Amino acid sequence: MERPELLACRDVSLGYEGQSVLTHLDLSIREGDYLCIVGDNGSGKSTLLRGLLGLLPPQSGEIWRSAELKRGNLGYLPQQTRAQRDFPATVYEVVLSGCLNKKGMHFFYSPAQKSEALMNMGKLGVLELKDQCYRDLSGGQQQRVLLARALCAAHKLLILDEPITGLDPAAAQDLYKILSYLNKKEGMAIVMVTHDLKAALQSAQRVLHIGRRGVFLGSAGEYLASPMGKRFREEG
Amino acid sequence: MDFIQMFSYPFMQRALIAGVLVSLCAALLGVSLVLKRYSMIGDGLSHVSFGALAIAVALDFTPLYFSIPVVILAAFFLLRMANHPRWNSDAAIAVMSASALAIGIIVISRTTGMTTDVDNYMFGSVLAMTKEDVTLSVILCAAVLVLFILFYHKLFAVTFDESFSRATGLNVDWYNTLLAILTALTIVLGMRMMGAMLISSLVIFPALTAMRLFKSFRGVVICSAVTSVSCFCAGLTASFVLSTPVGASVVVANLALFLLSCVAAALRHR
Repeated sequence: MERPELLACRDVSLGYEGQSVLTHLDLSIREGDYLCIVGDNGSGKSTLLRGLLGLLPPQSGEIWRSAELKRGNLGYLPQQTRAQRDFPATVYEVVLSGCLNKKGMHFFYSPAQKSEALMNMGKLGVLELKDQCYRDLSGGQQQRVLLARALCAAHKLLILDEPITGLDPAAAQDLYKILSYLNKKEGMAIVMVTHDLKAALQSAQRVLHIGRRGVFLGSAGEYLASPMGKRFREEG
Repeated sequence: MDFIQMFSYPFMQRALIAGVLVSLCAALLGVSLVLKRYSMIGDGLSHVSFGALAIAVALDFTPLYFSIPVVILAAFFLLRMANHPRWNSDAAIAVMSASALAIGIIVISRTTGMTTDVDNYMFGSVLAMTKEDVTLSVILCAAVLVLFILFYHKLFAVTFDESFSRATGLNVDWYNTLLAILTALTIVLGMRMMGAMLISSLVIFPALTAMRLFKSFRGVVICSAVTSVSCFCAGLTASFVLSTPVGASVVVANLALFLLSCVAAALRHR
């Protein structure tokens, strides 16, 4: 039996102000998927991500979302902004803000939301940092905190934008381990844009390569055998 | 006793009530504005409100009823510009500030022609608050406070990470607009006492001071509010005792506290 679909692009074109960056893309993301999006700079990876997140409406075609995704039930790990680096907030405050999409019309957090935030902090090993200031953490710890926040927002799908940028190799390995755990043990679907092809191929079930001359979508093994994968391998 | 005598004057009572409320609102909003890198918007709005005030007086409108909608419109516009990827927003804000100031000065010189008016609008006057202004300040500041407390968590989320909030279904534009409107109201209310040149410091300084001292967002918000209100009271007292302009005295009190907080932060990090 096929796993239920979470998100699907049907003949989608995306772009800005009349210029298409991506055209005629078909993509389906199901529960428990692990998809890596790779490609050259400026090829439209971030544009696709914005489309998947619903921040950019498609120019043509349809991006279908499951009912729970429509309610904002998805986790997102954006690239860090400059403002965040000196932001005064405790780890707990940051993680808790992930629960906002479930608040509905309530103005304050419920005990259930607070305990969910604590649970997710425990899962990612940042519980002992609870009252520390976010700006004083290392890059790897900050990513874990943001991941805990994303888990508060989502139960089915995590979308990550270049999550290992600025991390040292050990912290990057650590992050991949966490993602594999979430994917295998908790059935979380993961969609990740990354530059780090080697690691991506180790953990991902499928790879979407966006190049200037076309798009490849297939399993990690198929990707390595394809012309695009070969070129990438030789360069790397 | 000096204090009792000081507040026996009705104009001082009005200045105290309105000033405390405006500094409280400015401090709360300031934390979000500074963290979102919108400090310049506050500055731009104060210049626009100078122009609006000059025109209102020239046309014989009640100043607040005219400048509030104008400044809210300007706030919408500045926010659009700040978020527009193609526009050079700080240049646009600078141009808008200078233009509003220029128009205001020309209008004043063509109508009343009084340099004292320019002076009062630019640098504030403790005598500026009428009874009606105080009533309006109380109502609007209460509204700002209630909205801020109700939307505190959402404003935090939008301030910390706009793209995450947007992706998880928060109406980010709405909260940005709310922030802009509340800021516009606060600036218009505070401007005539603090002065167009100085009101933006009321928004920026307390947040900067609090950010040096506290690690949590809640701590920063509360510290910023306390700092702002106490600096206003100190500045008002100093201005009464030393006969200095009230706006400048409040800014200097804020500056002193900011420098102290820098020293405290440096000592702690050693």
